[in-house]
Amino acid sequence: MKKQSLVLVVIAAIVVIAGIFFITNQNIQKDVSDDQKKIGFIYIGPPGDHGWTYMHDVGRQYLEKELGDSVSTTYIENVPENADAVRSIRKLAESGHDLIFTTSFNYMDQTLEVASEFPDVKFEHATGFKRADNVSTYSARFYEGRTVIGHIAGKMTETNTIGYIVSFPIPEVIRGINAFYLAASKVNPDVKIKIIWVYSWYDPGKEADAANTLINQGADIIVQHTDSYAPCQAAEKAGVLAFGQASNQEAFCPNAHMTAIEDIWGPYYAAKAQAVVDGTWSSEDTWQGFKDGMVEMSPYNEKLLSSDLIAEAKAIEEGIENGTIHSFEGPIYNQAGELVVKEGEVADDGMLASMMFYVQGIDGEVPQ
Amino acid sequence: MSIELIIGILNIVLISTTPLVFAGIGELVTEKSGVLNLGLEGLMLVGAVTGFITLVLTGNYFYSLFLSIISGVILSGIFAFLVLNLMTNQIATGLALTIFGIGLSAMLGKKFAGTPIDGLNPYYFIVISFLLVFSVGYFLSKTKSGLIVRAVGENHNSAYALGYNVIKTRYLTIIFGGVMSSLAGYYISICYAPMWQEGMTAGRGWIALALVVFATWKPWRLLVGAYIFGGVAIMQMNLQAIGVKLPGQFFNMMPYIATLIVLVFISSNKVRLKLSAPSCLNIPYEKNS
Repeated sequence: MKKQSLVLVVIAAIVVIAGIFFITNQNIQKDVSDDQKKIGFIYIGPPGDHGWTYMHDVGRQYLEKELGDSVSTTYIENVPENADAVRSIRKLAESGHDLIFTTSFNYMDQTLEVASEFPDVKFEHATGFKRADNVSTYSARFYEGRTVIGHIAGKMTETNTIGYIVSFPIPEVIRGINAFYLAASKVNPDVKIKIIWVYSWYDPGKEADAANTLINQGADIIVQHTDSYAPCQAAEKAGVLAFGQASNQEAFCPNAHMTAIEDIWGPYYAAKAQAVVDGTWSSEDTWQGFKDGMVEMSPYNEKLLSSDLIAEAKAIEEGIENGTIHSFEGPIYNQAGELVVKEGEVADDGMLASMMFYVQGIDGEVPQ
Repeated sequence: MSIELIIGILNIVLISTTPLVFAGIGELVTEKSGVLNLGLEGLMLVGAVTGFITLVLTGNYFYSLFLSIISGVILSGIFAFLVLNLMTNQIATGLALTIFGIGLSAMLGKKFAGTPIDGLNPYYFIVISFLLVFSVGYFLSKTKSGLIVRAVGENHNSAYALGYNVIKTRYLTIIFGGVMSSLAGYYISICYAPMWQEGMTAGRGWIALALVVFATWKPWRLLVGAYIFGGVAIMQMNLQAIGVKLPGQFFNMMPYIATLIVLVFISSNKVRLKLSAPSCLNIPYEKNS
């Protein structure tokens, strides 16, 4: 009896596993006509995360809509940033994809590894800095959005205390904190920011704890550089204000959500796919912001913000777009009081890309 | 520090620690009967997603709580069947349950991710969690059924010889543990951070497992341990926000380091270990052997 049921369980398991493989393979190896270009995407999370991956998927759908029948797209979700990524990227390359977007920083070496095996396939790696003849890199200037929300926060705070929840000490995050603080302290010299590192991109419980801790310590505005909308929800519950992250999160916290910095990948994806269709694709490094529409602000919440403030925010957006305003305008001092950007100058991209220090006025130290 | 600040901190500690208490106390009872269930994380996720989906579809907290509990009964029932009747390896089966739960919850919740819901007040669950720990403590040390559970965990052959039904007892404790994990998951997706996202329990099932060892299988120590783990996490956030420089990664490792220290401590003293750890933990029971 026991042996029989064991055998049954094993057979059932094999059938289920075979079924899963069959379904996933079906998903990936869609038959397409030869003149159609195949575009593949590797996602770090699920498209339903309402944050980072969600916005990449919105970009993918935009690409499909723009280019119509000349392309077909596929994606693989939840690909871990380890050796598994090589397998997933290679799978797309082997199944005849012409262009593959790998949408997380730590796919960098894996992308290059597969790219060296498939010289005819084009690769696009998000937020990285290593390129090859068939590997481009692209990223967005999210910090420009931080300048806008910093201005709003500086004007809106009543306790002069702003809570800032962050993930990992990497240049992108530090740059965001500095851009935010420079803008906030410009309009409100008394403003203080309290920073909590949660050491996770995504842990709704911990993000909510951090938000509640900051609110408890007197913060009346919550800013985040983590991926879930838990902090915004916590702010809503406590009756304080917040900004959304990566996508418009107003639905989850309608009375706290002032605006959000949105990542808009669609036009870039469409342009690169078009280049592949036309045969004009070349390896390059792209870093775009408001000007090219890669970063946008969600609709400003008119219930919370005065029309004057909304106008000011829009003016900053415009200023950054046409180059009259820069997020890092001199004079900028670091915490030790040394001048890092001279008056009349702006921080160059090299400094921005490797920024690992806080500007003067921020309490605490950058964790090592 | 003002009184309000301290009350606020305590409040956050209470809210964030409760899922650990639920999952931990369930696993404690399961382990006391001699079964190691490593599937907590999977059970929590399925409990969380089931409760969330039901709440979105029906808008009824009672139904959602009920179905969440049922999900725990079914999944832990399957686990119990595998390890008790088919005598599969408990560690491998538990890990499989976790992996299965992660995948199943992601699949079920796909369409519902990002649906806004109204969260439930966490204080009911906080009160229940305290009552639960005291009831379990009373049950295990003062009632006949509790002593049977412990007897089964200490030596299943003797318990069988005394006329107790080992398999039935273990079925019940496994299902109790499963239901508690589901409740922990339900609490996370409905009260703590009212939302559903894949993998949102973020490793709390593993911390609960560590907690049981940390508590050396004693309910009141489990409660204290949970609040030490939770309290340290919230305190380091408070210190960070005040501007004290702290190695954050270290605090994330804290629960595991503390558990290792306790393990070293109890295993260096054979008597102490024997007094608290169930002797038959993770040993399969074959009837008529």
